[in-house]
Amino acid sequence: MTAIPSAPPRRRLSLTWLGIVPFAVFALLFLILPTMNIVLGAFRNAAGEVTFDNIRGLFTTSILNSYWISIKISVASSLLGCVIGFGMAAAVVLGGLPRWIRSPVLTFSGVASNFAGVPLAFAFMATIGPRGLLTLWLMDQFGINLRAEGFTILSFWGLTITYVFFQIPLMILIITPALDGLKREWKEAANILGASGPQFWRMVALPILFPSLLGTFALLFANAFGAVATAYALTGSSMSIVPILLFAQIRGDVLQDPHLGYALAFGMIVVTGIANGIYIWLRVRSERWLK
Amino acid sequence: MKRLFAWLMLAFGMAYFILPLVGLTEFSLSMRRGEYSFDAYRAVLADPRFRDTFSYSVVMALVTIAFGILLVVPTAYWVRLKLPGLRPYVEFVTLLPLVIPAIVIVFGYIRLYNTSSWLPLTGTTTGTNLLLMFGYATLSLPYMYRAVDTGLRTIDVATLTEAAQSLGAGWVTILARVILPNVLVAVLSGAFLTFAIVIGEFTLAALLNRPAFGPYLQLMGANRAYEPMALAVIAFGITWACMGLIQLVTRFSKHTKAAR
Repeated sequence: MTAIPSAPPRRRLSLTWLGIVPFAVFALLFLILPTMNIVLGAFRNAAGEVTFDNIRGLFTTSILNSYWISIKISVASSLLGCVIGFGMAAAVVLGGLPRWIRSPVLTFSGVASNFAGVPLAFAFMATIGPRGLLTLWLMDQFGINLRAEGFTILSFWGLTITYVFFQIPLMILIITPALDGLKREWKEAANILGASGPQFWRMVALPILFPSLLGTFALLFANAFGAVATAYALTGSSMSIVPILLFAQIRGDVLQDPHLGYALAFGMIVVTGIANGIYIWLRVRSERWLK
Repeated sequence: MKRLFAWLMLAFGMAYFILPLVGLTEFSLSMRRGEYSFDAYRAVLADPRFRDTFSYSVVMALVTIAFGILLVVPTAYWVRLKLPGLRPYVEFVTLLPLVIPAIVIVFGYIRLYNTSSWLPLTGTTTGTNLLLMFGYATLSLPYMYRAVDTGLRTIDVATLTEAAQSLGAGWVTILARVILPNVLVAVLSGAFLTFAIVIGEFTLAALLNRPAFGPYLQLMGANRAYEPMALAVIAFGITWACMGLIQLVTRFSKHTKAAR
């Protein structure tokens, strides 16, 4: 190999790079530069000078509250999504259900995880809204008045329940391959050593799955944190979660300081960035076992 | 015992999926008091704004898919064939749209391509449409790239390329007549997913002020009771059809491969 003269390969290399140029230009123009623009804008004032005032402007009670509500909704919906989704995936993969059930569940998960946004908000409005199917049914059959119990769809729980609809299927889609990766030999080995079912789960399966579970949780969190359309269609501007605040800010409805918008967006990038960083890191760890 | 628990879990999850859809459908059918009717659907289909926004979104989706294929297939092919060292980086970039919320990306577009910038895309209708299309291509990039890259993994890219080259084919011929037909199934599943994403997308279209289906849905939801439910049923039907087509195409391809 050392005998090959170095000049021709180098020239070919320079041509090889051309193949990636369209993609690089596209990514730069429509993904990286716009994001950089926001990030840099968060640290600039109207005159273009470097400042931390915008970031400091985030630390007011109302904005911190919106971040807090957003984080709470994202955590709650991801937790519920993880638990229910994991339960369903485990039921399908390990629960001894007929084999034909697996494919429809996965297909349905594919549909449901993509059925987010405005239509999803309408579906829950029609179900647990003031005149929704479930609301009326509970009223007729059991005399339970959800509104009198303090539940409205325009609340923390209303949004959380709605988000869980796309969190469960996402969890199923991501965790099923991980469950498939649990080797039958491990279960048999544990049985031979005298482990009971719960012991196998507690001491073998869950520790192996733990990185996948936590990683998927982080992904679901980021997924919920950035969602705008569902919340906006459900609540309008009445629920002040961060994406809605930013939406209103871009539209020019509220907040006088435009650079606060940059800071809001920057805060969102930081939160989802951390969540996704955790996801990627844990995914690499978990793939060591599940091969 | 275990099986009973598994059935219960599945039943609970399925109820969570199905109940809202039943509620939605029921609501969309009850425009006429006391009986089920398709009045809401009739009202929606007769609305010219529905036809306008819906066809706008369909055209946007098709253009996005065409652009996505032109961008992703050559890139994924080239990276696999010639620049395998770059693969992790390209993959990382394609996953970024999952990390950066769509609303932040579109905020960046508005700031970067406004009328007083170096590339005033938002100044004209065509420019804004183009910007929206690029935005949709960005949103669907993770799915499109992953689908195509998985498809390329199943074929021997290097051998196919060399065979085509020794028969005298140029790069365009290789891509269009050798590589693309071989990864068509993957490309199609990426395309259907893109279609499902674009057709109901709200944030980008609303903030770029384009008359797409998503903002129209939201507007109807804020002003009417039954019509938006009918629209949501239609939107769900489209998502379902797209996923069904992905399944169908994948299964069909497995069939032909097995028959060979």
